[in-house]
Amino acid sequence: MHSWITISLGDPRPLYLQVIEQVKRRVAVGDLPPGAELPSIRELAAGLKVSVITIKRAYLELERDGVIATRQGKGSVVADKPGLQASIQEGELRDHLKQAVSLGLLLGKSKTDMQRRIAEIYEQTQKVANEKRT
Amino acid sequence: MKKELDSSTATELAASMEGVSKSYKHFKLRSIDFSLEKGTVAGLIGPNGAGKSTTMRILMGLVQPDEGTVSALGKSISSSEASSKQDIGYFSDDMRLYKPESIGWHMQFVRSLYPSWDDGYAAQLLDRFGLIAHQIVKGLSHGQRVKAMLLLILARRPKLLILDEPTNGLDPVAKHEILTELMRIVEDDSRTILYSSHNTQDVEQISDSITFIDRGRVIASSNRDEFVERWKRIRIHAPDGWKTPSMEGLRLESSHRNLHVLSLSNFHEQVPNQLQQSGIVIEAVESMTLEEIFVSSVMRGREEIQS
Repeated sequence: MHSWITISLGDPRPLYLQVIEQVKRRVAVGDLPPGAELPSIRELAAGLKVSVITIKRAYLELERDGVIATRQGKGSVVADKPGLQASIQEGELRDHLKQAVSLGLLLGKSKTDMQRRIAEIYEQTQKVANEKRT
Repeated sequence: MKKELDSSTATELAASMEGVSKSYKHFKLRSIDFSLEKGTVAGLIGPNGAGKSTTMRILMGLVQPDEGTVSALGKSISSSEASSKQDIGYFSDDMRLYKPESIGWHMQFVRSLYPSWDDGYAAQLLDRFGLIAHQIVKGLSHGQRVKAMLLLILARRPKLLILDEPTNGLDPVAKHEILTELMRIVEDDSRTILYSSHNTQDVEQISDSITFIDRGRVIASSNRDEFVERWKRIRIHAPDGWKTPSMEGLRLESSHRNLHVLSLSNFHEQVPNQLQQSGIVIEAVESMTLEEIFVSSVMRGREEIQS
């Protein structure tokens, strides 16, 4: 049931973020359809060998983001919300861009400089993708 | 309904220590405050000689503290009360099995002492740990011996497990087997584990709370993800004559000409801005591993005592 989540201590990010990201990705690609049941907090903790507090925090944030719904005494299910998959994908893209912008700000890059770089990378990546396709 | 139960038991304590001190000739445990929530896994991390074993022995009633109060499973602990220990399982590497006898002989022996012994679970543990009942203790490897001792403790189904360095000297596979078993135990939310190690990697993943101790003092206590989110390493480029600004939790780790490495124990979003105002350029903000955080905490704690 939970073998699709893998936790890595080599990954510098907090463990609960790793769980959130992987659940979201499964929902985004449709592996976990609306209404699909998620394992209980303690079951998932035992299965992944991570602390209960890690899974609790992940579920709490997934609930706050509207990805899962927790019904009293019945465990958690994937939220039945139109457009959920698209909004997760949108959120993921936004997070990545935000990270890039934060790093840019930290390194003192201007807005136009960042825009120019994104445009460059966009073109390069698109070119590589097209070459792979042919 | 179940959720309500969960929240009402959330703050119930499986064990606690308040102001516990103990002096030995060359070592002093100084006013240890420590509490262990029911249904959780707590990791106690410290260098060798930090006071981990002493703390655990006091909790077990094997050592009487000079000062302070100790309770476990709702009862105050004193060394004379054997009955309160039926529900506590204690593991320490000092324990010895009887060399000429088999694992099965030991199982029968413990079974005769503890009415809570679970035959079915004991058989499962034998299987999962890859042990054979008729193996003689004398011929066991270190890993097999540790697993056999844990089996004898776990099969009693104690409510509270106090494990002093259970993964010390084990290979990664044996460690994995033990961690898996410990997490199975806390699938039952009425059971609690306190687990010590000098190695952060052994406990960080499974612990709901992690307490660092060094030289007889508690130096920090949190959970893995909070430690990782709060602590950052910042690489900066600073002009000549720059001095580390006074900012709470900031420490200069190393310097090479104008390049400095700082560590910060309470990072938040405004920090890079505040630092830049002191005229420096930030080269990178990096996450730290729990081991790096542990070492930095220990070093900070030692500097504070000296200053």
